[in-house]
Amino acid sequence: MDIDDHLFRREAGRLVSALTRIFGVHNLALAEDVVQDAFCRALEVWGMRGVPDNPSAWLMTTARNRALDVLRRQRTAKTFAPELGRLLDSEWTLAPLVDEILGADAIKDSMLRMMLSCCHPRLSEAAQVALMLNILCGFSIDEIAAAFTSTHAAVEKRIVRGKKVLAESKHLLDTSGDFSDRLPAVQRALYLLFNEGYHGASPKVSVRLELCNEAIHLIAVLLQHPRARTPATYALAALMALTAARLPARTDSSGNLIALLDQDRALWDRARLAEGMRLLELSACGSELTAYHIEAAMASVHAMARRAQDTDWSHIISLYDALMRINPSPIVALNRAIAVAQREGAERGLAELETIADRHRLAAYPFYPAALAELELRRGNPERARAHFQDALKRARNAMEQRFFEQRLAASALPGAQSSAVQFWESSFEPGRVDDSE
Amino acid sequence: MSEFLFLFRGSTRLTRSPEETQKSMQKWVAWFKELNEKHVVKDPGNPLDASGKVVRGRAKDVHDGPFAEAKDLVNGYVVIETATIDAAVALSKGCPILDDGGSVEVRPLLKL
Repeated sequence: MDIDDHLFRREAGRLVSALTRIFGVHNLALAEDVVQDAFCRALEVWGMRGVPDNPSAWLMTTARNRALDVLRRQRTAKTFAPELGRLLDSEWTLAPLVDEILGADAIKDSMLRMMLSCCHPRLSEAAQVALMLNILCGFSIDEIAAAFTSTHAAVEKRIVRGKKVLAESKHLLDTSGDFSDRLPAVQRALYLLFNEGYHGASPKVSVRLELCNEAIHLIAVLLQHPRARTPATYALAALMALTAARLPARTDSSGNLIALLDQDRALWDRARLAEGMRLLELSACGSELTAYHIEAAMASVHAMARRAQDTDWSHIISLYDALMRINPSPIVALNRAIAVAQREGAERGLAELETIADRHRLAAYPFYPAALAELELRRGNPERARAHFQDALKRARNAMEQRFFEQRLAASALPGAQSSAVQFWESSFEPGRVDDSE
Repeated sequence: MSEFLFLFRGSTRLTRSPEETQKSMQKWVAWFKELNEKHVVKDPGNPLDASGKVVRGRAKDVHDGPFAEAKDLVNGYVVIETATIDAAVALSKGCPILDDGGSVEVRPLLKL
């Protein structure tokens, strides 16, 4: 029997969330131990006897029985979830209660509670993201460190502190009450998680792909709860689906970046695009226009253009104008300038680039000189283009960016060099920011 | 043909992420599949729980497990049928426990 590549990781998030509801959030480590124990048992038994027909159910039953053991043996010594109180003390109610909490709908609810709890206001965004990856997605500290090109010690510190804050909060955030004040933080954390996957610094494409998939997986949990399904959540989910649809076209076979406008659009994932458009429609209700709405709308404009030259740049520019009103940043202005260049030519684009307010904040950002370079090349100024590409190369933050700028630099030295599409994204996100925030 | 007992020693209970545990599990599954495809498995054996008791000596003292250090702990066995011990040893080299610092003990079964 073949199983999903990430079955254990997926089940870890589900089971740890559910068991934490039973044991209480102060016993998170105990829940993690029980789940780890079930996985070790699977390793021992499945290894020799083959994978059972329903591996998820097998893991769940094993974790359930182990949890019952722990509850029976330790209920006098330990306090478990206080809100479940006496129900855990009586044999009449113990097993039925555990089974109820391990039911499919209850598990989804536990995951949502865990997600909301991980986004505690006392934690930095980086810690929130790390905590969600660790608890809800089953990533180890080393796996998170690799994905965020961070160190083991830095990630460990975040997670240990995060778990301490969780434990102090006594119980997971209750989803039956009003949790609307916590929702923006969760959306933001998922946005950062997705963007780290999409634009992030890890040299491994597969690792970044997993981060995108985890963000999509977690937002699906959010979409299941009527009060978490806000227009902003739909917009964020649409943004993720529409952007993730481009993943197959985004790198070539050696893992090099391909700019949006150079991508082979036939490789875009049609099913994800359709899903994104459906979500985008669902997001269009209510009165609140969020940055997620605008970024998702931009992604949809690209999705609807059959060829890069069919892109409706006027629409894109108007969306950047809207984004500048909600979320002004030099990165947004940079991308807006590139859109202007697409519509009105290189001269106009360069003029926009050179008048970006706060452009000193782009000093370390390689795609600013890269944009200058492409537009200089486009207006027939290869000397200046090369100087800008060299600037960009100096600022490259990872191997993939470095290769990208090296290629562009080499190409710009050829006689009659053509400008390539300018690398940009319809986002106000600065890659690498997740890890810099502490 | 002769029969050989493979005793797997070492710990499968390492601190690993879910992803790593799954990868290790999949290596075991693949190895057993390979053995089965070669038709060398006489008895698929069993994994052994790490807990248990040891009864020792004339006094018949009963001790709680574990009885060995993690690296020496027997955690499973299987009976293999091959022509020679060399062939059995060659097969044992595919065992994933070796990647985790464990060992496989290959012992001929005496047939009376």
